[in-house]
Amino acid sequence: MVQELEQFDVTKDRIQVREESFLQGVKDCVPTLLGYLSIGFAAGVVEKTSGLSLMEITLMSVLLYAGSAQFIVAGMIAAHGSAASIVFTIFFVNLRHLLLSAALSPYFRHLTPLKNVLVGSLLTDETFGVAINQTAKTKRISERWMHGLNVTAYLNWIAANIAGAFFGQWITDPEKFGLDFALPAMFIGLLVLLMASRRKLAVDLVVALSAVVLVVGVSLVFSGSAGVIVATLLAATIGMVVEKWK
Amino acid sequence: MIILGTSLVTFLPRVLPLLILNRLQLPDWGIRWLNYVPIAVMAALVGQELFLEDGSLAPFPANLEVIAAIPTFLMAILSRSLLGTVLVGIVSIMVLRMFV
Repeated sequence: MVQELEQFDVTKDRIQVREESFLQGVKDCVPTLLGYLSIGFAAGVVEKTSGLSLMEITLMSVLLYAGSAQFIVAGMIAAHGSAASIVFTIFFVNLRHLLLSAALSPYFRHLTPLKNVLVGSLLTDETFGVAINQTAKTKRISERWMHGLNVTAYLNWIAANIAGAFFGQWITDPEKFGLDFALPAMFIGLLVLLMASRRKLAVDLVVALSAVVLVVGVSLVFSGSAGVIVATLLAATIGMVVEKWK
Repeated sequence: MIILGTSLVTFLPRVLPLLILNRLQLPDWGIRWLNYVPIAVMAALVGQELFLEDGSLAPFPANLEVIAAIPTFLMAILSRSLLGTVLVGIVSIMVLRMFV
């Protein structure tokens, strides 16, 4: 009897250890594709209207690969900002990836440095959101699954930017079609899915509400790009403290 | 030049924590703290998108984003579908901008 039970446990472990495939990562990326597509399309349109060439837009989506940052670069180029001020602003805007990358690091401990660079270089808010949801289900992230997710999102983003740049000659006002709201809607969806998948609704709500209040407060007092980082640092600390104190 | 510079300062924060934290053993409180980072960062991004406009508070009655966020949130909670949520969001804001 005891032996049978042990055997049962072994098979159960084996099922959990099964690696999620690259293809499954591609599939799990699909729900985000429309959101990415509309944001990338809008970014392409805005970049085009700010005077960037098709070549530059392609290069930017391949190398920079960051939604909000590309909008900001286009806006600052249109406003004739200096190269140094643009680079500095983007550094601050994208500094939040430090936190995303750090939060994923426990799941990729076993990988070589080169593989971690591959995982990290295609990390975005959206792929992070999908990956963290995955950990709530399976407690781990398979490397192949992560690559499937990342590469799908990446190719879709580049294609969307190029399409936006191409059609940008005719579209003067992407806001009219609500395309700009794809980004906040995606964040709302990711936040709700994330909270639904963890069983800590009370503390999570406290953290989320604190983060919203903090980001507004900090952005009003300091510059906008510091807001998200400071709000995240403080709200996560609040969560840690409340969890302990409960 | 601008493209290369912005790409580099974006690449480094994406990659360095994955590289460095892997070499260290994180203390227990560090793991618990990181556990709340996803919720905090997503909520902060939502807050920034909905309530702020060029670094100042978006005027409330005219802030259609906040109103459009209500059906968007409802759709997310009821359907648990990312695609559905994005679609409802886009349609909501488009309709609001047409009529308000």
